[in-house]
Amino acid sequence: MPVRDERRAESPGELVLTVLACGSAVVVFAVFAWIVGDIVRHGASEISWSFLVDPPSRAGRAGGISSVIVSTLEILLVCLGVAVPIGVGAALFLAEVARGGRFAGRLVRAGLDVLAGVPSIVSGLFGNAFFCVTLGLGFSILSGGLTLACMVLPLLTRSLELGLRSVPDDYRMAAAALDLSSTRFFAQILLPAAAPGLAAGLLLGIGRAMAETAALILTSGSVDRMPGSLLDSGRALSVHVYELAMNVPGGEARAYATALVLVLLLVAINLLSNTMVHRLVSPRVSA
Amino acid sequence: MSRSFPDAILVRVLRLLAFLSGCIVLFVFLHLVLEAWPALETPGLRRFLTDDAWRPAGGPPDARYGFAPMVVGSLAATLGAMLLAAPLGFCSAVFCHQCAPPRLRGAYRRIVELLAGIPSVVYGLWGLVTLAPLVRAIEPPGPSLLTGSLVLGLMILPTVALLADAAFASVPRAQLQAAAAVSLSRWRTLLAVHLPQARPGLWGALLLGTARALGETMAVLMVCGNVIQVPKSVFNPVRTLTADIALELGYATGTHRSALFVLWLFLMGAVVVLVAAAELLGSNRARA
Amino acid sequence: MEHHARLSTVPGLVGVLALLLPLVPGCSQEARGADEAGLAGRLTLTGSSTCGPLVSEIARRFEGLHSGLRIDVQTGGSSRGIADVSTGLADIGMSSRSLSPAESPGRVSHVLARDGVCFLVNASNPVTELSDLELRGIYTGAIESWSEVGGLDLPITVIDRAQGRSELELVTSYLGIQAADIRPDLVAGENQQGIKMVAGDPSAICYMSVGTSELEAERGTPIRLLPLRGVPASAATVASGAFPLARPLLLITTEDPDERIVAFLDFARSKAVWDLVKEYSFVPVVP
Repeated sequence: MPVRDERRAESPGELVLTVLACGSAVVVFAVFAWIVGDIVRHGASEISWSFLVDPPSRAGRAGGISSVIVSTLEILLVCLGVAVPIGVGAALFLAEVARGGRFAGRLVRAGLDVLAGVPSIVSGLFGNAFFCVTLGLGFSILSGGLTLACMVLPLLTRSLELGLRSVPDDYRMAAAALDLSSTRFFAQILLPAAAPGLAAGLLLGIGRAMAETAALILTSGSVDRMPGSLLDSGRALSVHVYELAMNVPGGEARAYATALVLVLLLVAINLLSNTMVHRLVSPRVSA
Repeated sequence: MSRSFPDAILVRVLRLLAFLSGCIVLFVFLHLVLEAWPALETPGLRRFLTDDAWRPAGGPPDARYGFAPMVVGSLAATLGAMLLAAPLGFCSAVFCHQCAPPRLRGAYRRIVELLAGIPSVVYGLWGLVTLAPLVRAIEPPGPSLLTGSLVLGLMILPTVALLADAAFASVPRAQLQAAAAVSLSRWRTLLAVHLPQARPGLWGALLLGTARALGETMAVLMVCGNVIQVPKSVFNPVRTLTADIALELGYATGTHRSALFVLWLFLMGAVVVLVAAAELLGSNRARA
Repeated sequence: MEHHARLSTVPGLVGVLALLLPLVPGCSQEARGADEAGLAGRLTLTGSSTCGPLVSEIARRFEGLHSGLRIDVQTGGSSRGIADVSTGLADIGMSSRSLSPAESPGRVSHVLARDGVCFLVNASNPVTELSDLELRGIYTGAIESWSEVGGLDLPITVIDRAQGRSELELVTSYLGIQAADIRPDLVAGENQQGIKMVAGDPSAICYMSVGTSELEAERGTPIRLLPLRGVPASAATVASGAFPLARPLLLITTEDPDERIVAFLDFARSKAVWDLVKEYSFVPVVP
């Protein structure tokens, strides 16, 4: 919590800073309103209950997007199911085990930072060559989810690491004084205390995963049928937006409608994660 | 912490997970090198730097592999994007921490998180249909370096803002309380306490934002104009390395395909340099 | 104390499980029986994004007739489709250009439909026709303003297509120029990108599939198709053979395709799907 400052009078320099900060927030609000407003304006007319529960027909120009929603959620689950454990482990390692400037920590962090810089289409090519061809998974939800996990991992780990670092040392010293095992300390005290950082990282990662298009086209493909299993090809919401906007004549309105559904889905996931994090955290850790 | 048996296993597991995550990038590099090798042998790296045009699809006597204009395109677009996203992102993180009342803070964070999730295609469409005509009104043709930088900057703004926000949040409360105890104004607190402590996190935000901007494909493909040339003004169209591979991958075979991977190797080299620089500049100072 | 916190997340867990339900019944879909014709299994098609939407609709209809068959259609470009057929990654390749002599050995092309390539300008552009000479001049940079060809005094925004696209190869050979001679102001990738660029810029000119352009113009997109050598650009003139710049949309197979592929090819070229082909403003082939 930031500290409340009682003095109201600010020097001119500080006034400028305040104006800058509030100004940039206004700019962000304005851009958000513009872009989302555009999406709503073009796509809202196509949204209906049947749009959400019917599968696509006529290459997406009719019908709905039910199979696309299901594919997206499955890809997301695979991605998070793989990235979160590895990310938590790596973040714990970086923040707790290899603290400070130890070489191992710096190497891992460097490796993750470079991974963050891999362009999405290159990740897609790598995923295609490794998961689809070498591991034989073919165009599938599994390939897509695993590739996304690689892309999301750096964001997740860094955010988590920041969250872990924000936990005061008092906790660590108390745990040492009580002779708690590391396992118990991490699981029952440290991770819950770092939950806001976890939530932030999770949401950044989910956002990144849902915004990704190029890598998914190359790994989970663009088949718009309801997926039968994780080994089936599936079309994610972002890929559907791409196909409708770029390849299907007359698909533009539905592309915007799909984008709107994607944004609404993100809002729902946002709210869900934040509620769950607070439910898990508040009873345990005093504010 | 006590060193019980489960602890020993835990540390090993953590070490393993961390190294796994660090190694993924090595796999990607390996794959890149394998794919790029044929083009590195013939025609060889030198031609990539010295040839006067990019026309890899022709037969051996006609093919040209000069990718310098596209390198300039990528770097320029990324620089432009960061010039937009870094100040805005940092200032909004400051807004979140200093100026906003608590309720607005939460709402603002939600909005930024949502912006992070909008697909690149949507940004690209918006840029092509809404922004490019506006730029064209100033100077034709519309899709250009400027449009690309603007769209790219908006795309990475949420990442920079959220990570900077997390960096500010990671400042230990004890220090903030100490600052309050000596009656530091909130802005002085920001400059003297927040910034130094959050520096590694802020560098990380900058770095991840730059990396994301360098790697963006869809949106730049739609708004940069895709003409292979070194831009003489921000209103000139450019083609980034990422857009080029997206355009040509569908039909490239043999040496052409390998040439595309050489482009990538070059890009990854740039990212490695960036990361090394950030590591040195933002290296962890000792915690107070 | 901790258990109370956990109980309250049960609704959340139930919600997550509900999302996973679609994964369960799908597992049985793989064991679908073959129909009377004995056609079962999976067919994979990859290739041209111009053909993609049409072929996926044809595939959907074919699946309706043969319940044991699954047909996956992925895009990736004409050359991708041609290459994948030989490596076995695809059973059928989709292409919007003819096979080159180098690509012909070991592959057979089957014509799916016919299409043309025409030049587009913005609907507000008063120019109604351009001769081959004028087009060549515009694209090589010799003619720079619309006023030189009977239009307004605006500089021409020349939009080229990306290297490797079939339209570029067809237009360069039609105009008798090399790709390297073109002086573009902008380069468009996918069809829709080109259309949006022309629709948004009164001084733009581009070239595009006749079918796609005609569909968009009928929908009200502010573009106009220019005639070539006096022949108006439309599916009708492509069908009659009068339009000078026509191209086939092909399905490519190996030299000895199995019965499922043959069955699909026959269906895709039969009268049963003419309505779909016409919906896309392509011209069905008479067998």
